[in-house]
Amino acid sequence: MTERTNSGAVARYRMMRRIRTFEERVGELFLKGESAGSMLHLSIGEEGVVGLTDLMRAGDTFTTHHRGHGVFLGRGADPARMMAEIAGKETGYCRGKGGSMHIADRALGHLGANAIVGGGIPHVVGAGITARNRRQDHVSVAFFGDGAMSQGILYESMNMAALWHLPVLFCCINNQYGMGTRVDRSAGRVAFAERARAFGLAGETVDGADVESVYQAAHTLMASARSGQPGFLEISAFRFFGHARMDKSPYRTPEEEAEGRLRDPVARARATLDAEDQVSPADLDRIDAEAATEMDAALASAIAAPAPGMQTMFEDVYAPGTPAPFAQADRLRAILYEAAP
Amino acid sequence: MTQTTYREALRQALIDGMQADSDIILLGEEVGLYGGAYGVTKGLIDMFGAHRVMDAPISEPAIIGAAIGAAMTGLRPVAELMYVDFIGMAMDQLANQAAKSRYMFGGQIGVPMVLRTQGGTGRSAAAQHSQSLEAWMLHVPGLRLVMPASVSDAYHLLRQALEQPDPVVFIEHKGLYTLKGDITAEPEAPWGAPLVRRAGDDLTIVTWSRMVHEALAAAAALADVGITAEVIDLRCLNPLDDAMIFASVARTGRAMIVTEAVVTGSVASDIAARIGERCFDWLEEPVLRIGGEDIPIPVSPALERGSIPSAGLIADAARWLVRREAPQWA
Ligand SMILES: Cc1ncc(C[n+]2csc(CCOP(=O)(O)OP(=O)(O)O)c2C)c(N)n1
Ligand SMILES: [Mg+2]
Repeated sequence: MTERTNSGAVARYRMMRRIRTFEERVGELFLKGESAGSMLHLSIGEEGVVGLTDLMRAGDTFTTHHRGHGVFLGRGADPARMMAEIAGKETGYCRGKGGSMHIADRALGHLGANAIVGGGIPHVVGAGITARNRRQDHVSVAFFGDGAMSQGILYESMNMAALWHLPVLFCCINNQYGMGTRVDRSAGRVAFAERARAFGLAGETVDGADVESVYQAAHTLMASARSGQPGFLEISAFRFFGHARMDKSPYRTPEEEAEGRLRDPVARARATLDAEDQVSPADLDRIDAEAATEMDAALASAIAAPAPGMQTMFEDVYAPGTPAPFAQADRLRAILYEAAP
Repeated sequence: MTQTTYREALRQALIDGMQADSDIILLGEEVGLYGGAYGVTKGLIDMFGAHRVMDAPISEPAIIGAAIGAAMTGLRPVAELMYVDFIGMAMDQLANQAAKSRYMFGGQIGVPMVLRTQGGTGRSAAAQHSQSLEAWMLHVPGLRLVMPASVSDAYHLLRQALEQPDPVVFIEHKGLYTLKGDITAEPEAPWGAPLVRRAGDDLTIVTWSRMVHEALAAAAALADVGITAEVIDLRCLNPLDDAMIFASVARTGRAMIVTEAVVTGSVASDIAARIGERCFDWLEEPVLRIGGEDIPIPVSPALERGSIPSAGLIADAARWLVRREAPQWA
């Protein structure tokens, strides 16, 4: 056994491999016609975010954008419950109500994935206020894409975080594209961390293909956020595949894609561990095989899981124990029987 | 007249409109290079150039606000909002700025723009990408509101929207883009006029957008059991010439409004109220609203489908209205 299970780098590699494999199985779920819809946004190429999620602690909270599977796995998600949610099943994290774009889990600090670009960003400001007022040692992290750099709400949120010295970190996963728009087609000046610094945040950009660099940069920013100096981390990455499952990326060349996919955080971490002789190829293979087994099981269990019962659609609109929405069938019954002779 | 699709009809309306009026510009996310999230603006950037087909950053309030400013100063912008659900971000620009400028400024500054967007269920796109929010728009004086259900209306209503002096919210349905049909040489009805899609004597079904097709399927099934339903497609919700609806209800004595939107606070409620006010003496039965459940749209395909009206539900309700035949589930 050359694998040192206590090594952070090995643990990060394992997590990144699990994310990669999970996302591949999400693709299979879609191809089998078992996913709830096609609006599935894979985070393949963005696994370097594990350098940040690894530094978050129990009690820390976060929100994600629509491409948030990897972030949540990095925070300890159960892949079977995630896959079930993506399939719209009762056993999913949100009981088949939310789906891929709306996974949340209060217990793990996940305040919600969001399908409105920028929609989840201000929530971390509020979570920062809670942590401050309750004197908790918690940081709240907003994960979002480069596309959200064009949303005004980001700037309102960064300003508040700086103004009130909140324990907050803004993490932009810049995968170079928002749908078909490359970052240089959506910004007059592409220097995102600079914008954050202008607001008084600690702002850094890091190469997301190197998870250990992400880890180093995030280490400093998380520590200062925890002490009330909010920060901004841009993780530079490449979106390996189309925006969602139906998008074949006709707006970029095969050469650009091939080059972008060289920036592969999983392959890079594996090569590093191998070269530094930290882990034997056989042990790395075993990590990969374990991820495959785990994610195969998640896929199979999601497919086998039951669809939610029809009556559940009325649950969770309001809190339990309070009046639920009046179902149409009940309304019609009331009209029918009260009006009948 | 050749068969085309709803998507293609919209695209053709933009092309013909832009060729006829060089002041028309398109402004929105992914409208250029990508060709529109649902393909409506495919190829237009090549035909008209990047100054008339503008790919915008993901900045909805500024997209709609910039369209307002361009409209105030002489252009005729078509702002595209990828999903009607995103209007939450830009509602101030739409409801407080675009809608109210002419009035607040004493008639001096009109905002002749079109906001093209799409809504509705059918793709398991979940709570933030599936809503039917026309009631939000109808509640704002100063806005016009159009929701085409047919291929021909997709074309003609968009052409007409491009000639209106005031802001028009033009809501397509994501489930209709592949609908096939003809573009008639002339519009099927004037701007603001509803259209009888199927004539009948036993009850009047008033609906719009994709629900027109569910209502027509229900009407076909009802014909098999000897009930003839009149199906009226509103097409334009504002302006709306409602006299034809009243005439139909006065004749049939029974009215049902069908909407995909949540029923409470819906456009259907407003139409039902208007019928109640004007047709009270002719009504044999209460005016029924059949709509989406009062819930956010769930992602599960089964729950999503189950939460909005189907042809079966519409037919069941019609059989009760006309014959007092209670549905199995009631
Ligand atoms: C407010 C809002 N505007 C537009 C969209 C449509 N949309 C969904 S994802 C996306 C691109 C987002 O790009 P980015 O933030 O870089 O995230 P990525 O998909 O690259 O991870 C767009 C325009 C949306 N969901 N919400
Ligand atoms: Mg992006």
